[in-house]
Amino acid sequence: MTKSVTVLDYGSGNVHSVCKALTEAGADVTLTDNANNIYQSDGLVVPGVGAFGSVMEKLTAHGADRLIDKRLTASRPVLGICVGMQVMFENGLEHGVETQGLGQWPGTVTLLDAPRLPHMGWSTVEAPSDSILFSEVEKERFYFVHSYAAVAWELDIRPPFIPAHLTWSNHGERFLAAVENGPLSTTQFHPEKSGPAGLKLLSNWIESI
Amino acid sequence: MPAVRVIPCLDVASGRVVKGVNFRNLVDSGDPVDLARNYYLQGSDELTFLDVTAATENRSTTRDMVTRCAEEIFIPLTVGGGIRSLEDVSLLLEAGADKVSIGSAGVSRPELLAEIAREHGNQILVISLDIKRADSASGFVVTSHGGRQETGLDAMQWIEKVQELGAGELLINSIDADGTREGFDLELIEKVRKIAAVPIIASGGAGKISDFVEAAQAGADALLAASVFHSGEISIAQVKQALEQSGIEAR
Repeated sequence: MTKSVTVLDYGSGNVHSVCKALTEAGADVTLTDNANNIYQSDGLVVPGVGAFGSVMEKLTAHGADRLIDKRLTASRPVLGICVGMQVMFENGLEHGVETQGLGQWPGTVTLLDAPRLPHMGWSTVEAPSDSILFSEVEKERFYFVHSYAAVAWELDIRPPFIPAHLTWSNHGERFLAAVENGPLSTTQFHPEKSGPAGLKLLSNWIESI
Repeated sequence: MPAVRVIPCLDVASGRVVKGVNFRNLVDSGDPVDLARNYYLQGSDELTFLDVTAATENRSTTRDMVTRCAEEIFIPLTVGGGIRSLEDVSLLLEAGADKVSIGSAGVSRPELLAEIAREHGNQILVISLDIKRADSASGFVVTSHGGRQETGLDAMQWIEKVQELGAGELLINSIDADGTREGFDLELIEKVRKIAAVPIIASGGAGKISDFVEAAQAGADALLAASVFHSGEISIAQVKQALEQSGIEAR
């Protein structure tokens, strides 16, 4: 059966590609901020571009912080993309100002220590062999455009819980390119801008939800 | 560092391609979306549209074209040409552009660049610079209106300035090399590389495959060309293969 995916519409800007890429990858896609859709669809995608602070402001204004929380508490799958990944952490530090994130994971998103920023372009990743998202595309390059990232994983997961699958990339320093942690998956890169490899990653996620 | 990007540039007016494009096995319909799809399938890392529409009222056709592209071409899209205001930028981003490139408008009104970066972040802001050799502090000056007008700005000083204002990327187009097909201006790329803290896209002068390799070796993060790709003389794959053979990472 076709999986239903809601793309969270909270004024994050360019969402044409995200919606069409998910459709191309096999989902039945709705772009909305309707609470019923957000809660009931098989998957929820949280896109995000721009500043951490302004994304948080818009998410909160739409009540999306509580809806994301409610979904995750019920183990309903969520995929955060780019700043939609960053806000899953506790804090974001931009221009010396710390903004509170959704706090699904501990840690602070910081400016990458790299000679050239933004990190803009196609980079390789190191995915764990049991990753679901990167199945068959672990050797591909993905399109990144960001200056900030999570450079450490601080959540200590102990048995019987399953450890998170962490995928790393490198630009000046090592940072998290993707996380798969129970119902919550995120990518720092844009799968919807990463050509055929990105579409495959999205269809891997859709099949898993 | 990420792979060196290879970027074809399409000139469009009122939603149609205006320069000749001759792909083998492709009937030239003049529809930019057909061409963009073809470049996407060939392995382009990004696409740039330069809107040369004369009349402002026809710009909505460009936005429709961008939306149609964004809906089926899953690589980054940059749109430049005739962008004068923050509103122009917002409309293009809403239509599906990932980045906008600003040239002359930034020269006449630098604060526009800061406004764009503040509103949308510097990652969407490409500063397009038409640069030529002339008597100035660095030996290079910025021109406007496609090289026809002098601005009185030294190129390297202006680059420092736009980086402060919020440039996310620099599109360095050599007016001297443009159209010659004798290679990119390597000295210009090297000079910009020394002061650039953001990625640089080299443009102007591509004629043969080795030109792309030399520009990457000189420090370009991305390589943009139009006619050599459109004429079918050089394919995206050939450029990438040559880059890799020279030890430069390509996708």
